[in-house]
Amino acid sequence: MRRLIDAAYPLSTLLVLLAVWEGSVRLLDVPNYILPSLAQVGEALWRGYVEGEYWRHLAFTLTAMLWGYAVGSGLALLLGALVAEVRLVERFIFAFVVGLQSVPKVALAPLIIVWFGFGIESKVVLVALICFFPTFINVIAGFRAVDPGVVDMMRAFGASRLRILWEVKIPGAAGPIIAGLQVGIVLGLIGAVVGEFIASTRGLGHLIQNAATNLDLGAVFGAIVSLAAIGIIGTQLLRALHRRVVFWERGGRGGAASVVSEG
Amino acid sequence: MTAAGAAPEAALAFEGVRLTYRTEAGVLPAIAEVSLSVARGSFVSILGPSGCGKSTLLKMAAGLLPASAGRVRLAGQVVTGPRRDVGMVFQQPTLLPWRSVLDNVLVPARAQGLDMRRARDRARELIALVGLAGFEGAYPHELSGGMQQRAGLARAFVHEPEVLLMDEPFAALDALNRERMALELLEFWARSQRTVLFVTHGIQEAVFLSDRVVVLSNRPARIVEDIAIELPRPRGLDTMLLPAFTALCDRLRRRLFAAAGAEERA
Repeated sequence: MRRLIDAAYPLSTLLVLLAVWEGSVRLLDVPNYILPSLAQVGEALWRGYVEGEYWRHLAFTLTAMLWGYAVGSGLALLLGALVAEVRLVERFIFAFVVGLQSVPKVALAPLIIVWFGFGIESKVVLVALICFFPTFINVIAGFRAVDPGVVDMMRAFGASRLRILWEVKIPGAAGPIIAGLQVGIVLGLIGAVVGEFIASTRGLGHLIQNAATNLDLGAVFGAIVSLAAIGIIGTQLLRALHRRVVFWERGGRGGAASVVSEG
Repeated sequence: MTAAGAAPEAALAFEGVRLTYRTEAGVLPAIAEVSLSVARGSFVSILGPSGCGKSTLLKMAAGLLPASAGRVRLAGQVVTGPRRDVGMVFQQPTLLPWRSVLDNVLVPARAQGLDMRRARDRARELIALVGLAGFEGAYPHELSGGMQQRAGLARAFVHEPEVLLMDEPFAALDALNRERMALELLEFWARSQRTVLFVTHGIQEAVFLSDRVVVLSNRPARIVEDIAIELPRPRGLDTMLLPAFTALCDRLRRRLFAAAGAEERA
């Protein structure tokens, strides 16, 4: 019940925004190649998902996204742990990683298309490259933020390095790691769309570009809505994961007490 | 210099231990020279001004930090790393937030690969003994600071160590809880008869608990006083009313002031 009420606030904001959209389109007589009406967006979505034209695009983007995300995040976890734990590895590669972090990865997109072709491979690589960094940086930061007193405690009681890694550092870094994964999902989506913009015959990004060229803005918004849905669902899944995994971090959101009035 | 116990029988001995840190500003002597022998089964406190290196001595005994010179012996053997026969209680509870009280108390048993069924029984006993019965399944964030510290105390005993190293274990507690924990610790110690090396900057606490109190100077630390506390046991709240208790506290306070002051003038 409480959650329903909480959800009512942003939903009403959304309704107002949609009403303003629809109202201005009708009242100001905006041509549909500038801003389509909600009905046109709805129609595009209907055509797309009920008649089935969008599914293959959605599947393409989702596949590229999930593979890239899995590869990028997996490498980030592994390499992040190595850099944080092994001093030698850190010395060899950390400077490069910091340097690469400040390069806008989408700038590499044309290069990656050249190397990996027009198919799904280039999108997977681009997504992996983009979503690698936030998780990688957060793994390192998370490992470093682990209380040295707790590590000393484990050592004093005879725990091996591996045990300390497994029992202290990984769970201790879980919060920042999941936060990194959360950023990664949004960035990865950008990677997938940019890859499809540049060169693709499928995917929601391709759909947007194609529809925009034909001034079919209803379809453009239909695709954007689909992308937003992927991003929102992904982020919400990770937030739920965060709450479940890092259950000991209380306070903050929703944790504040309110005064009960007895008057 | 030692008040009790000949060297070979000592449970714990610091032999000419020195420690010097190398920093960017140059070398920084932290421990000038400490030799101290703690008799088996005795309760010895190290008292000293804040930042004098008391905790550093404990870390060396725990095998977490090597000495620049000299050595630490546990039951006659030179300490080269963490050992199974040592239990440690820290200033902060240092519990794992993602583990229940029971699992936290079992940390040393898991780390050392002990028989978990026996360890679990023992952990339950210890948890009850420190007054946390019924909280075995609770998580640290559900406990008060005092309760967390009790869990840390139980944890130090779970692998039945010969020597207990306690690093200002009650420093984070309020005054009332502090005295209650001190009383409980004495009862606990009397039953287990382990050797305890207790680091504190609380004068009354040191006198109340110990068989012997060693006073360290400011950095670089050396022993400036070593007195036997011959108050009758078992001790309770009444002990603090004894004239001898007050006299001992007074003597230590003066010594501590002198030790701290000398450094400030230098």
